[in-house]
Amino acid sequence: MKSQSPTLKILTALSVLLFLAALVMVFFFTPLEETMNYVQKVFYFHISNAWVGMLGFMVAAVAGIAYLVSHNRKWDNLEMAAIEISLVFFMIAIMLGSIWARPVWNTWWTWDPRLTTAAIVELIYLACLLLRQGIDDPDRRARFSAVYTLVGSLSVPITFLSIRLFRTIHPVVIGNGSANSQGSFAMSSPMLATMLFCLFTFSVIFVTLLWHRVRLENLMVKVEDRQMEIL
Amino acid sequence: MRVSTNIPTLPAKISEPSRLSVFVKTILAVVWKDLLTEMRSRELLSAMLVFALLVILIFNFSLELDLPTRRAVTSGVLWVTFAFAGTLGLNRSMAIEKDRGCLDGLLLAPVDRSAIYFGKTISNLAFMLIVETIILPVYSLLYNTNLFNPGLIAVTILGSIGYVAVGTLLASMAVQTRTRDILLPILLFPVAIPVLLASVKASEGLLQGLASTEIMPWVNLLLVYDVIFIAVAFMTFDSVVEE
Amino acid sequence: MIIEVRKLVKRFGAKPVLRGLDFSVNEGEFVALVGPNGAGKTTFLRVLASLARPTLGNVSIAGFQLPSQASSVRRNLGVVSHLPLLYGDLTAQENLQFYGKMYCVPELHQRIKDVLDLVGLATRRNDLVRTFSRGMQQRLAIGRAVLHDPVVLLFDEPYTGLDQEACDMLDQILRDVAGRGRTVVMTSHDLGRVQDLASRFDVLTHGIIAASTTPTGLGHGNLLDFYRQALAG
Repeated sequence: MKSQSPTLKILTALSVLLFLAALVMVFFFTPLEETMNYVQKVFYFHISNAWVGMLGFMVAAVAGIAYLVSHNRKWDNLEMAAIEISLVFFMIAIMLGSIWARPVWNTWWTWDPRLTTAAIVELIYLACLLLRQGIDDPDRRARFSAVYTLVGSLSVPITFLSIRLFRTIHPVVIGNGSANSQGSFAMSSPMLATMLFCLFTFSVIFVTLLWHRVRLENLMVKVEDRQMEIL
Repeated sequence: MRVSTNIPTLPAKISEPSRLSVFVKTILAVVWKDLLTEMRSRELLSAMLVFALLVILIFNFSLELDLPTRRAVTSGVLWVTFAFAGTLGLNRSMAIEKDRGCLDGLLLAPVDRSAIYFGKTISNLAFMLIVETIILPVYSLLYNTNLFNPGLIAVTILGSIGYVAVGTLLASMAVQTRTRDILLPILLFPVAIPVLLASVKASEGLLQGLASTEIMPWVNLLLVYDVIFIAVAFMTFDSVVEE
Repeated sequence: MIIEVRKLVKRFGAKPVLRGLDFSVNEGEFVALVGPNGAGKTTFLRVLASLARPTLGNVSIAGFQLPSQASSVRRNLGVVSHLPLLYGDLTAQENLQFYGKMYCVPELHQRIKDVLDLVGLATRRNDLVRTFSRGMQQRLAIGRAVLHDPVVLLFDEPYTGLDQEACDMLDQILRDVAGRGRTVVMTSHDLGRVQDLASRFDVLTHGIIAASTTPTGLGHGNLLDFYRQALAG
């Protein structure tokens, strides 16, 4: 059995280290925010997870198109790995967001654009996985999954824009700082540095997990092939 | 049994008809076939209609539809009804093709496969519009709300086009899986949210007599969605039906 | 050569069904494709019919390549599979009208009449296909396949589930079609019947054509013996 390539091993170690460093930065390096105290620290991981979730979706969409063009199974493996991992990361992001929301907005959930879109994206991921489960033929499974991911990735931005025609109470930290949004705060420079560091860390973790997952899938395919040969 | 074996051969070189005319003829043939089949069996329309009426009835019991509430929720109730009834129709329409292997018959047509997509989409749209044409007056009568608004009708048509465009593509996929009946709504609803949202908001605006600056963004959204998804479906349909 | 297949590979996932199959047919030949269950006969026919995409290899029919010129290939094909591909809620006439429109058959009305006469269903033209027996449906399916007078006809186990009368009728139609210079490729389990009809017998097993012979090659021999030998070898 081919063992993990050295790059992957390094990447795995790096991910762990970066994550520990991020934890340290978040808890010791950044100052306490005035109104929200410790709860605000959830913010760094929430945004990072959400970022990775969206990154995963984009990777999946591109991989899907690549499969439709080339019919090379590798793209399908990549797409599936991206969807599985993004599903989890996005879920974590939503939960962390909820944990933050409760003390700050006094509610576990609101139906503002970002949250609603997040919920829809999760549903699209789940739908895609259910779709894949219902198909036996690998080529058909790959084609359908690619088409659905494509449809989803076009629909989600439109969904987001359309819900944004509503008012939002989701803090708009980066971008349009409308007076309507409550719960936003100014970011001092240690906060900004930590934020960027966390984004970087989670991107590395994402790539590492993606690689592991794709490798796992390739090994499973090899096992199936051997089984076929023996039978 | 005596069988005549004197079937004349067709002239060897029939000038091949232009691709565009074959394309259009195939679309029309598929629509004609679907409408004719439905007129005979009436299985799609009756199921969709009965279901839609039941949904409206259930809404009556679950929501307090007094006058002010009614104004606010009418478009929402209507579109939820259309969405669910639409899913029934989409599922059934593709299942008919798949079950008797007729899909292969369609796929053997000497034409680009997107013609089949357009044909099926137009028939599915026709069925959805027929159901809506019946439900709108019924709702008006039952709840004493005037729904005879040309703007409302236009929005309903635009919304239905978007819904059916994506729905036909996804139904073609869902019908080839093991979990076909439950899968279509799961696949369709998350990606059809912009259509449903925009249709509801635009309808609401029209019913409440809001200014057109409030309504037009939603209509524009509907148009954009319709165009994008008809294009995507048309381009990817071949990958979905081939083997 | 009206059909030319070179090194055709068809895989479903990791499972190869056709493994580098070579196959060529001249215009006017009647090829009977025989082989054990699961050998890939239906898959091969589906690839020829452009219903399945080849994984690797070259396929050309009537001068057109698959899959790039698939719709032109389909214009020259008539396909009969073991499913009837007919709409139960339409009449025999309407079914033929539907397919005729899609194939842009000229003088459709007269053509439908002739085809219904050919398959012996003229009296049932206005009956719903739902009410037809299996044999009648298969006959109508053959009518559908010859409606646009294609140069190549593909039949996949067409005798399945037919009664004696329908089988005889099918034989007659096949002879007529072959007699007019059309090319036929037919898969079948019925070696006895096929021996009388075909001008060539190919044995498909393990994903390739293992053996091929003609009636002259068989001489006084039995197709069944040849077949068994091909499988054993």
